[in-house]
Amino acid sequence: MNLLWLIPALPLLGATLLGMFGPALGNRISAIIGTASVGLAAAIALTIGAAWLHQPPPGNVFVQPLWSWITLPGLSINFTLYLDPLSLLMTLVITVVGCLIHLFSTEYMESEDGYSRYFAYLNLFVAAMLLLVLADDLLILFIGWEGVGVCSYLLVGFWFSKLENGVAAQKSFIVTRIADIPMLLGLLLLSTQLGTLNIQNMLNAAATQFPPGSALPTLAATLLLIGGLGKSAQMPLQTWLPDAMAGPTPVSALIHAATMVTAGVYLVVRTHVLFLLAPEVLHAIAIGATATLLIAAFAGLFQSDIKRVLAYSTMSQIGYMFLALGVGAWSAAMFHFLTHAVFKALLFLSAGAISMRLHHEQNIFAMGGLRRKIPHAFWAFLMGSASLAALPIISAGFFSKEMVLGSVWAGGPPALWVAGITGAFLTSLYIFRAVFIVFFGPVTTEPSGTYGIRILLPLGVLSLGALTIGWLETPDFLGHRQTFAHFITPGLTRSPIPFFIPLAGCLAPLAGLVLAWVLFRRGTFHALAARPPSRLARFLKSGCGFDAVYNATLVRPYLALVRALRQDPVDGLFTGIEHLAVTAHRALRKIQNGRLRRYAGWLMAGSLATIAMLCFA
Amino acid sequence: MIPFPYPAALAVALFLLGLLGLLARKNLVFVLMSIEIMLNAAGLLFITAGMRWGNPDGQIMLIFVFNLAGAELALGLAILLRLRGRLTTLDGDGATLLQDSP
Repeated sequence: MNLLWLIPALPLLGATLLGMFGPALGNRISAIIGTASVGLAAAIALTIGAAWLHQPPPGNVFVQPLWSWITLPGLSINFTLYLDPLSLLMTLVITVVGCLIHLFSTEYMESEDGYSRYFAYLNLFVAAMLLLVLADDLLILFIGWEGVGVCSYLLVGFWFSKLENGVAAQKSFIVTRIADIPMLLGLLLLSTQLGTLNIQNMLNAAATQFPPGSALPTLAATLLLIGGLGKSAQMPLQTWLPDAMAGPTPVSALIHAATMVTAGVYLVVRTHVLFLLAPEVLHAIAIGATATLLIAAFAGLFQSDIKRVLAYSTMSQIGYMFLALGVGAWSAAMFHFLTHAVFKALLFLSAGAISMRLHHEQNIFAMGGLRRKIPHAFWAFLMGSASLAALPIISAGFFSKEMVLGSVWAGGPPALWVAGITGAFLTSLYIFRAVFIVFFGPVTTEPSGTYGIRILLPLGVLSLGALTIGWLETPDFLGHRQTFAHFITPGLTRSPIPFFIPLAGCLAPLAGLVLAWVLFRRGTFHALAARPPSRLARFLKSGCGFDAVYNATLVRPYLALVRALRQDPVDGLFTGIEHLAVTAHRALRKIQNGRLRRYAGWLMAGSLATIAMLCFA
Repeated sequence: MIPFPYPAALAVALFLLGLLGLLARKNLVFVLMSIEIMLNAAGLLFITAGMRWGNPDGQIMLIFVFNLAGAELALGLAILLRLRGRLTTLDGDGATLLQDSP
C-alpha cells in the first residue's frame, strides 16, 4: 500500500516523457509508454484493492503523507494522499477503464497525426483525475480539478485545425471555468471559516461548528456544488458536454466514463457531511438532477449523431447520480457511477469502433444493417445499450438504477421517483432507437477494414463488466446482496421498499425497448428524420434551447462588448488629444513659408487685431 | 502753430505709404526704405504729440527712434550685402531658404 503515490505519479511521468520526447520516440514507443504507465497504475491499484479486501487498514483509511506544500500561520496545506473505500473505488475505475481506453486508442488513433501528443494529454488527464480523487486536501483536489479541465480542453480541441473543434474546446473550458470560480470562492470561505482545507478535519470542524441548516454551510455547499455541476455537466451548466464530442471518440469515453464528469459526483460524496448540514441544497440537487435527466433524455431522442446520443445519455445518467445524492443515497450514486463508467466506456468505444470502419461516419441515418457486417461492435454496443437502458437481470445498469430509484422512493417525494422512472423509459427508448437504426434494416454503407486485438480486448473486457458487475449489489428479490454498499459505508442497511418499485424498474426499460422496436419497424424514426423537424422537435433536440438562451444573454452581449472595446475607447480620449495636436501642427507649419512679405502681412494683421482688441474690448 | 490734425494726418499717411511699400515691393532695398519711412512717420507723430501736449518726452523718443533706425539700417544693409553675395539677387520673394520644407 506504500506504493500508492505511484498511482498518480506513473501517468504523470508518462505524460512528461511523451510531452518532452514524444515525436522523437516514434509511434510504437509512445503507445507503449502511454499505455504501460496507466496499466502499471492499474496493476498497483488492483493490488492495493486486493490487499484492502483481504485486510482493511485500521479505521478503513490509509493516509500517505508526501510533503508539506504551504505553511502559513492559520493554514497549512500538506501534500497527502488519502485512500478510503470511496477513493479506492474511483482509483480502480479510473485506472482500469483508463488503461482499456489507452489500449483502444493505440489502434484507433494509429493513422492520426500527433500520436504521441495524444497519449501525453491522455496520460496527463488520468494523472490529474487520480490526484483529484486521492487528494486529502481541498486545495490539492482543486489542482487535479483544474488539471482535468485543462486536459479536457486540450483533448476536445485535439484536431485543432478545424475551427469548430477549437470553439467546442473553448466552450467546455470556459463553462467549467465559470463553475470553478464559485468553487474557489467556496474553498476560500471554508478556509477562512474553519481554518483548514484538509477534507476530514474540515468536515469534522464543520459538523461541530455549523448548526444544521444555517446560512454558512448552505452557502459553502452551494458554492462547491456549482463547481461540481459545471464539471458534471448538470443543469444549468450542461451545455458544454454535447459540443465536447468534437474530440476523438476514446477521449469522449475517458471524459464520460472514468474522469471529468464524475468529478462533481465525487466532490459531493466526498464532502457529504457538509451537504447534510444544508438540506435545502440537497433538495435543489435532487430537483436540478431530475430536470437534467429528463431534458437530456428528451434531447437524446432526437439526435442523429451517434456520439451526441451518448453525450446526452451521459448527462442523463449523471443526473441519476445527482438524484441519488439529492436524497442522500451516497452509495447508490457511487454504484451507479461504477456501472456507468463501465457501460459508457463500452458504448463510446464501440461507437468509435463502428465509425472507424465507416470512414468516421457518425450520422446514425447513414448507417444501417451493420449487425452482420461488424458483429463484434454490434454485440459490444448492444450490451452497453442494454446496460444503459437498465434491461432487467442481464445488465449491470439495471442493478445500479434499481438501487438509485429504490433509494429515491425511500428518501424523497414520489414525484422524483416518477420522473426517474420516466427517464428510465426514455433512456431505453432513445438508446434502442440508435441500436435499431444503426444495426438493423438494410445496409446503407459498406464497412471496410478489420479490428485488431487492441480494439477487441477492451471491448470484450468492458462487455463482460457491463453484464456482470451489477451483481455486487442486488435488490431484495434477487438475493439482497450488499457487497458494494458495505464496502463504501460499512453497516449501512437499506430501507425496505414496496414490491412495485423494482417491478416498475423492470417494466419501464422493457416498454421503451418494445416501443423503439415498434416505431423502428413502422419506419417512424426514419420518416421523422426525413421530414423537416417541427418546432418542438428542434427545441428538444437542442437540449431545450439552453444554448440559444446563453448565446442571446451571455455570449452575444459579451462579444458585442469585446467588439466595442477592441478599439479601446478610453485610450481614444488620449489619442484624440494627440491627433488634435498633430492636425494643428500640420495646419500651422504651412504658414512658415519663408516669404518675408507674408510674415510682414501677418505681423500687421496681428498688430491690428491687438489694437482693435485694446480699443473695443 | 500748425494745428495737431495736419501733422498727425501726415504721419498716418507716411506710415501707410511705408506699410504699402513694405508689403508691395519685392526689392529688399526698397523694403528697408519703407521701414525707414514708417519709423519716420512714428517719429513725426511723437514730436507732434509732444508739441501738442507740451511734453519733451516726444522729442526724446524721436532721438531713440533715429538711433533705432540707424542701427536697424546698418544691420539690414549688412544682411542685404550678404544676401546679394550668396543668392546674387535682392528679390525678397526669392529668399525663402528659411521655410518649412514640405
